[in-house]
This record gives sequence, structure tokens and C-alpha cells, in this order.
Amino acid sequence: MAVVAVLVVRSPGWDDVKQAFFDREQFEKSFPDILSAFWTNVKIFLVAEVFILVFALALAVLRSLPGPVFFPIRGLAIVYVDLFRGVPTILVIYILGFGVPALQLPGVPIEPIFWGAVALVLVYSAYVSEVSRAGIESVHPSQSAAARSLGLTHGQALRFVVIPQAVRRVIPPLLNDFIGLQKDTALVALLGVVEAFRQSQIEVAATFNYTPYICTAILFIAITVPLARFTDWLIARDRRRQQAGKLA
Amino acid sequence: MSATANGRALLIEGLCKSFGKLEVLRGIDLELGEHEVVCLIGASGSGKSTLLRCINLLEPIDAGRIVLHEEEITVPGTDANRIRRGIGIVFQAFNLFPHMSVLENVTLGPRKALGTPKAQAAEEAEVLLARFGLADKRDEYPDRLSGGQQQRVAIVRALAMQPGLLLLDEVTSALDPELVGEVLNVIRDLAAEGMTMLIATHEMTFARDVAHRVCFLDEGVILEQGPPTRIFGAPREPRTQQFLQRIVEAGRLLAAYRLGSDRRVAKRRRHARAARRVRGRPAGLGRDGNSSRPHPPGIGDGGGAVSDRHRHGGW
Repeated sequence: MAVVAVLVVRSPGWDDVKQAFFDREQFEKSFPDILSAFWTNVKIFLVAEVFILVFALALAVLRSLPGPVFFPIRGLAIVYVDLFRGVPTILVIYILGFGVPALQLPGVPIEPIFWGAVALVLVYSAYVSEVSRAGIESVHPSQSAAARSLGLTHGQALRFVVIPQAVRRVIPPLLNDFIGLQKDTALVALLGVVEAFRQSQIEVAATFNYTPYICTAILFIAITVPLARFTDWLIARDRRRQQAGKLA
Repeated sequence: MSATANGRALLIEGLCKSFGKLEVLRGIDLELGEHEVVCLIGASGSGKSTLLRCINLLEPIDAGRIVLHEEEITVPGTDANRIRRGIGIVFQAFNLFPHMSVLENVTLGPRKALGTPKAQAAEEAEVLLARFGLADKRDEYPDRLSGGQQQRVAIVRALAMQPGLLLLDEVTSALDPELVGEVLNVIRDLAAEGMTMLIATHEMTFARDVAHRVCFLDEGVILEQGPPTRIFGAPREPRTQQFLQRIVEAGRLLAAYRLGSDRRVAKRRRHARAARRVRGRPAGLGRDGNSSRPHPPGIGDGGGAVSDRHRHGGW
């Protein structure tokens, strides 16, 4: 890190770059606008996250249904995941964001921000469902057997025994996906939504100074890092509660 | 055999179970009377665990039938959840739910499967926990308990459902030797109270003390069965003799004990015999013996309720 920093600072073009990217005055001027535009990202992220968690868990549960009876449902879930993991997010956003409003269906929202969020939910649900499924499958079958032996139904065993344990295990990889989601909220800008990235583009275009980009980058980091630390704390607390004072 | 003197708890006929090409059970016939304690012994892989899992409908069977309290539970369309509510099973590896406290572990079944209100389930669980010396552990998580404590919680969890039949699957095999005793004592108490139990075990001394009947499983069939004194004292089948010889060599069955010279063990045996006499089995007192069965507080009440329920066939 230090080597890279020294290299950058001592490079022949550093003075120009410093002026173009790290202009304090420009930073202070554009920060309030970008911050308020960043709220749009946060809103998209928060709403999409809730839907993704629910939808992905449903997909994962459908995929783990036992027996030949549920083959069609399992098949559909597999097709869905293959499809939405395979298509680049940016294309899904374009197709939904420009395609659906153009259908002019009565009662269907036409706001680009809505369809941008829907596209993110569809794509990320496919990713997250695989994480959830791995979590469900990582819970040893004996746990499910113990629950079923008490007379609980398959659904009850999943809900009270398997999924609570699975969720604890998948929190770290899940956080990975959600940080990805946070960053991909910037893609909604392609539909014309003014969020942090689009706002900084506007400012850059007006001043020919790139500092607003740095400003946006700092905002994204400012939200993901505390989230990561919070998750670490959550996991550590859980572990402490379950295991501290364990007899040797 | 006086297995049905008090009514029949369990009947198994021609039970077969294969995993792929591996035939694990090849025609098991077994009968269990109410309040009878039967121990299954046999080498690893002889099918003890599979048999227990089949009875609990955790494994679908290939052939044969299982009749529990006069209801055939292996006919298609049987509500497996309802059947399982009446059968307790305790596993070798405890299988407690690590994300739940002891109390939550114990009350999950009554609350979700029986619909018992939370407060009532907690109350009943606390009575049971107290009885097994676990009252102060109610808010602990399983990973914070010793193996012996965990297994006792697992037994309490099974008992909280007030089962009419308790299946124990090598419940002491995963325990450190010094922790085995506390778990075996719990089972001994349950036997004395008249809990109907089918126990897969490697603890031959324990089997000899607590069982009314011992079944030797070999390659998926019950090769030999009888009272523990005969099976351990004078086994007829060469394979049973071989198996017990190996056990003695491995130090799991006191050779001295077979000669009856160990006082402590002999005393324990007298206790077990006395308990059996009180229960009227297998000394042949029949139903009168049953009514004079001691009813200790707590679990005893539950056990009585369960056996009444079964007699009326009302579940």
C-alpha cells in the first residue's frame, strides 16, 4: 500500500491528478448534492434487500423440497436461478427499465427507479438463493431428523430448526452479496434515475473536475465498512452466547 | 414370553430395509409389551440404529409391518407426524438444537407439534428438568453443557412429548467414560417407572441390569433373544457367544460380573429385579402388578397418562 502511495504521489502527473480528483473546494461544493442523491441509493438498497431475502429464501426452500412430486417446482427454481445469474445485471436493468414501461399496461408503474429496483431484486435473488440453499444444506440432516422425530412437520422443522441455523452460517457470504447490491444500485442511473453516481457525473460534466467521483466512492465505503463491522459483531455475539464457558 | 401380559406396545413383523444394494434389515420380528424394556445388542452395522429409525418412520421400510399400540403405522397414508409424536427417540449424537436454549429445546416439540401453550410447556419442561438435575441449566445453550448433561437434556426433550414408547440409540456411545453413568442412571429410573423402551446399546452391564429381554442382532436379523441372564450367561448361538467373547475381551462386560462376584453390580441387579417385581413383570403378576406400579412425581404422572391413552386407543 505504502509503495503504491509513494509511487502515485511521486509520479510525474500527480499534481494534475491531485487537482482533478482531490480538489478540496470542489469536494465541499458537490458533497451536499451527492449526499442527498445517495439517499436514493440507500432507499433502493434497503427496499430491494428485504425482497431479495424473502424471495431468495423461498427459492432455496423450493429447490430443497424432497421427493419426485416436487420435481416441476424444483425445475422451475433451477431454471430461474440459471437465467438470472447468467444474464448480466446491466441487461436486465435495461430490458425491464425500458421494456416494461413501453408496454403501456394500465396500472403498471412506469417509474424507472421502480423497474431498476425490480431488476436488482430479480438478479440478486438468484445469487442469494444459492447462498441460502448452501446454508440450508450445511445444517446436518440429523438436526432435521431430531425435529421430525418430535412430530414436527417438514415445514416446521425447516422454520424452527434448519433455517435459523442456516441463516447464522450464511451471514458472511450474504453480506458479500449485499455489498455487491449496494454498489450495483449505481447501475439504476442508466435508466435516468438521479442517484449518487449520476449526480456526480452531472457535477463532473459541469466542472471538468473528477472530485465528485471520489466523493461518491467515499460515501459507498462509509456505508459498507460499518455494515461489515456490525455483521462481525453480530456473529461474534451469537457465538459467545452459544459457546462461552464451554466445558473442556 | 410374557411380553404381552400388560398389553402390546409394539409389534414388528418381517421388517426389511435396504440402502441401495446393502441389506441392513433382513426380516426382523420383534414384540414389545407395555412397560417392557428390551435391549438390542450386536456389532456395529448389525442394523440396531436402522431398526430404531424405521420404527420412528424416519426411514421408509421395504417390506414387513410395524404395529404401534395396535395401530399399523406402516400402511401408506399414515400421518407420520402424528405417529412420531407418540414415540420418543434419543440419538447417539444428542442432536440438540444448538441455536436454542435448553428450555427452548425441550419445549419446541410440545409447543409446535402438540400445540401446548408456551407457559404450560415451559412449566412442564421445568418439572422434568428439575427431576433430572438440570433445573439450573434451563437457559444455557447445548454447547455450554457437558456431554452427559446434553444427553440428559435430549432425553428430557423426548420425554416432554409424553411418549408411549422411548427408543434409545446408543445414547452413551459418544460420551466420555466418566459421563456414561449419569445417563445410564436416568434410563434406569425410567425403566423403574415403567417406561416402555427399546434400547440399542453397547453397554452390556447396563443391558443386563435394566433389560427384561435382550435381543442379539446379527446381519439384519434377531439371531437370539431371551432374558439377560440367559443371553449373557448361556448364549446358545455360536455368533452370540463370539460377540460376547469379543465384548469381554474389550473390557465392556466385566468378566467377574458374569460370575456374580462384583458386589456393587450384584446390588444394582437386585434393585432392578426388585423394581421389576413391583411392576409385576416379568414375574407374571399381570395387570394387577401394573396398577401397583410406583408413580413417582413428574414423569410418572406423564407415563401413567400415556399408558391410559394407549389403552383406550384414543390417539
